[in-house]
Amino acid sequence: MTTRVLENLRIVDPSQQMDETGSIIIENGKIAAIGQNAANQGTPEGAEVINCKGQIAVPGLVDTRVFIGEPGSEYRETIASAGKAAAKGGITSIVTMPDTNPVIDDVALLQFIQRTARDTTDIHVHPASAMTKGLNGNEMTEFGLMMEAGAACITDGRKTLRNAAVIRRAMTYARDFGALIACETQDEDLAAGGMMNEGLLASWLGFSGIPKEAEIIPLERDVRLAELTGANYHAAKISVPQSSKVIRRAKDKNLNVSAGISINNLTLNEVDIGEYRTFFKLSPPLRSEEERLAMVQALADGTIDVICSSHDPQDVDTKRLPFPHAAEGAIGLETMFSAALRLYHADQISLMRLIEVLSTKPAELYGLDAGSLRVGASADITLFDPEMPWVHYKDEIVSKSKNSAFEDARFTGKVLATIVNGQTIYSDE
Amino acid sequence: MSFPHRHLLGIKGLSEPDIFYLLDKAEEAVKLSLQREKKTSTLRGLTQINLFFEASTRTQASFELAGKRLGADVMNMSVGNSSVKKGETLVDTAMTLNAMHPDMLVVRHSSAGAVALLAQKVGCAVINAGDGAHEHPTQALLDALTIRRMKGKVGRLTVAICGDVLHSRVARSNILLLNALGARVRVIAPRTLLPTGIEQMGAEVYSSMKEGLKDVDVVMMLRLQRERMEGAFVPSVREYFRFFGLDAEKLSYAKDDALVMHPGPMNRGVEIASEIADGPQSVIEQQVEMGVAVRMAVMETLMLASGRN
Repeated sequence: MTTRVLENLRIVDPSQQMDETGSIIIENGKIAAIGQNAANQGTPEGAEVINCKGQIAVPGLVDTRVFIGEPGSEYRETIASAGKAAAKGGITSIVTMPDTNPVIDDVALLQFIQRTARDTTDIHVHPASAMTKGLNGNEMTEFGLMMEAGAACITDGRKTLRNAAVIRRAMTYARDFGALIACETQDEDLAAGGMMNEGLLASWLGFSGIPKEAEIIPLERDVRLAELTGANYHAAKISVPQSSKVIRRAKDKNLNVSAGISINNLTLNEVDIGEYRTFFKLSPPLRSEEERLAMVQALADGTIDVICSSHDPQDVDTKRLPFPHAAEGAIGLETMFSAALRLYHADQISLMRLIEVLSTKPAELYGLDAGSLRVGASADITLFDPEMPWVHYKDEIVSKSKNSAFEDARFTGKVLATIVNGQTIYSDE
Repeated sequence: MSFPHRHLLGIKGLSEPDIFYLLDKAEEAVKLSLQREKKTSTLRGLTQINLFFEASTRTQASFELAGKRLGADVMNMSVGNSSVKKGETLVDTAMTLNAMHPDMLVVRHSSAGAVALLAQKVGCAVINAGDGAHEHPTQALLDALTIRRMKGKVGRLTVAICGDVLHSRVARSNILLLNALGARVRVIAPRTLLPTGIEQMGAEVYSSMKEGLKDVDVVMMLRLQRERMEGAFVPSVREYFRFFGLDAEKLSYAKDDALVMHPGPMNRGVEIASEIADGPQSVIEQQVEMGVAVRMAVMETLMLASGRN
């Protein structure tokens, strides 16, 4: 029986509304005691004691939208390399997207991800199941079997379902299996040819834009269908205030609807694209500063439930191209937390709320054993110094792909250690 | 006075003095082109590569002639149908060419921003000969030179740009340049052919030729691509010509001595009636002539700026 004691730290745990100074006692990979209480208990005999003065402990972060190259594009990212990147970023659980080659639309493939994760990484990896076979937008996958095998949710990844009848049936069918349907919404036709947010900036750069209506129209459709079917629906990556309003209305009606947002849309805006910087070509596109601020507000007021990294590794073969030909997406596992702390340092969101949307809430929505430091919970813990300055140099990126939207960014607040099941899997130097 | 830029990627970033510097230099080149001996040795020993990822007979010929008149060695590469199809990326093509030590690269590409990307990867001066719907700076400069020679000035004139502004790099570069020199710019087009935010781009917006052309000094017509006029952006050619094609009646609303311009190649009977294109107010041929002069001026200036001539 191994016992570890982390002492002298501030503990912020939204699952028990705890914000106090104390200790965490870990026994056999589980939380045995926590907080002021734990500190008063004294050190158990033979325990390994770690002094964490000046650090904050929070439940390990949960990232519900991670694109990986395995299987199919292992040169961009493997489960192992994503696991290392996640650990560095304080993330202990990830939900992986089914947009791989082959698509994760079958139990055997889902189990391949689970097995590879078990054998090659220390973090918890929860694969999502495709909603339609081969992401073809027509035929449902075996939701029941996929959920039984441990799928975290049902999603068609980057793709928006075009056919409203298909998504209606998927929602209806998924409900009986308690499956969460997670969707990105971008109307293919309205967004066709669009390179970035529609507006003056796009016009000067010579691009057609992606209007916000391309996001809102399918979102409204989906929310109406969620109301009709009673489905558990998660709008995975909203980016404009009108979408927040759709979610707010659904919540006011007590629908089973929730929303997530990519860290990029909370901390960057369209101006970052500058003169055609492809690392900022993202989906949904970076919006205006005004819209970004409105999304931060929607996160703070509870309309948006989850921050995701939308980690999307792309290599030079897909990024070092003229902007219109470059792929969308940026890596984000290593920087999600530090970027999110910008909102805290700007006094736009409390630390408690920030940890809630980065850990407790996503764990709850996706039904994962994570997001809490309650006694008895798995000891998945992120330790960080909220004031430590650091620069995200390209050379220090752990991900196999280097397409970071935060290259050379300056951050305040750094992950110092990441603990999974009581074991330290990452430690800052 | 010197020219503080390494490349010419767009009109954006050029100041009024920068533009006048190029126009004045181009005036000298116009004179040279009227002599029997048109060739100089200004750029002798320097290598110019015309790298065209998108086919263009006129612009490429204009750059080629400009380089040859300055004494440079000119090589034409049409990449549209070779390396790109073999999967070679733009950056790889650029690196390959860079290894041949050119002094100037003249680049046209169908993607906005592609020329800027290439300029970051090579060690020589890069001239944008048109990138997607972004910019076509030498076209705007030759238009300004044409206007200045005909009207004696550019500032305080009213210029109407008519047609497919949405997809036009010529329109963007001209809006920037005309504003920089203090002209008043109008755009006239159906709304489907105008970019979002056009009102904030430095142009007054009209959807009627009659109102938009009233008392203008210059009418600039834009080319409408055939694939865009059959239902996608406008319903039909005949409807477009009826409301937005330049004919004698519509031209009569402009000032009597208004100039008619077109960057070419023209679609006669679509955006412009033949009688107008060939009529007394048309300066379309002068534009072509000024094109060579402006390109000579740009190349000489960039080589001077980089200390290569």
